[in-house]
Amino acid sequence: MHAFSYHRPATLKEAVSLLRKVENAKLLAGGQSLIPVLKLRLASPAAMIDLGAIEEMRGIKLEGETLTIGALTRHAEVAASKDVAIGIPALARLADGIGDRQVRNQGTLGGALANNDPAADYPAAVLGLGATVNTNKRAIGADRFFTGLFETVLKPGEIITSVAFPLANRAAYAKFRNPASRFAIVGVFVSEAAGNVRVAVTGAAPCVFRVKAMERKLAEKFAPDSIARVRVPPDNLSSDIHASAEYRAHLVTVMAQRAVEAALASK
Amino acid sequence: MGVTVSMTVNGARVSADLDPRTLLVQFLREHLRLTGTHVGCDTGQCGACTVHVGGRAVKSCLILAAQAEGAEVMTIEGVSRDGELHPMQAAFRDHHGLQCGFCTPGMVMNAIELAQKHPNPSEETVRAGLDGNYCRCTGYHNIVKAVQAGAAAMKR
Repeated sequence: MHAFSYHRPATLKEAVSLLRKVENAKLLAGGQSLIPVLKLRLASPAAMIDLGAIEEMRGIKLEGETLTIGALTRHAEVAASKDVAIGIPALARLADGIGDRQVRNQGTLGGALANNDPAADYPAAVLGLGATVNTNKRAIGADRFFTGLFETVLKPGEIITSVAFPLANRAAYAKFRNPASRFAIVGVFVSEAAGNVRVAVTGAAPCVFRVKAMERKLAEKFAPDSIARVRVPPDNLSSDIHASAEYRAHLVTVMAQRAVEAALASK
Repeated sequence: MGVTVSMTVNGARVSADLDPRTLLVQFLREHLRLTGTHVGCDTGQCGACTVHVGGRAVKSCLILAAQAEGAEVMTIEGVSRDGELHPMQAAFRDHHGLQCGFCTPGMVMNAIELAQKHPNPSEETVRAGLDGNYCRCTGYHNIVKAVQAGAAAMKR
């Protein structure tokens, strides 16, 4: 790691003002992606602003038709939460499959979203449920939030504070995981709410994306067979030692069907 | 520019002025000389450095010492009581849950917290729970047996 100065604000307000004042600063949430990046010297910020002491950004609230999760809430807390189990059980199961136990005990929702790893699980849930990402400045719809490889619409000085997930009639996440890294080779999140279907895919491309052709078919009939013949073209998909673009394209349909099947079984 | 870090480690208050880059595992091993916590891969894969921070099993090579400010930290040195092995340590010995022993401190620390959350863990739960701990002596079968026995012993 290159040297950096370290700041540990106790409130969001303090964090925002530090972010404005300190040059070339990076926000640190759980650090389960960022610390390895620093060790590899892929990033060398002059300052780290550790959000870990900000209690107001933690916690889970189920109110009406919305499940709101604080940005610093850890994956293990989401996985074990009664409110998540009642509101969106698919989200609890997704959180329980991120990384390993120790990573889930430290990694956070907000950190995962700000990082937007192309194979991360949470972006699929946020896009697949049509959630809203709240920051200190604005509320950002999921369809606008993720913009590219490790990129989001977040601007300098902006901090994710919470995510508001609308409840779904039924939802499920099916992940074909890399057994070594536990990241998704392909993961598909499917949800249905009042006839409105969303299908979000992670792991397959440089950035999470929706498959609208599948959404239309599933809106007509919510069943695995409806999408058996819908293929995502491999042209823009990722290809690496784990899977070719053609194989990932194949997996998208398979995992989407499994997700639909699981969503049907959950209700 | 240094950072002053204070925490409780195995029940004792400790405080130090550190380079902000200091990882928790470096602080434990190099400053406090608690070398029971091992560094296997230093990339967050192997789990040999697992300790408890605020009751949560985490990889101490993946967090800064400064992130544990004010926390209760427990390492493998802190789990035995009055010279008696912790029930999970005893179970690893009884079930031959180790060969070279390098991964064992991390295995035991993760297993203790796993057993606190799942007092009756199934084999499947244990195997999934040990996803983040590597044993290169291929001793997983006995480790799983040890964790189940250790969890049962912790209830007594």
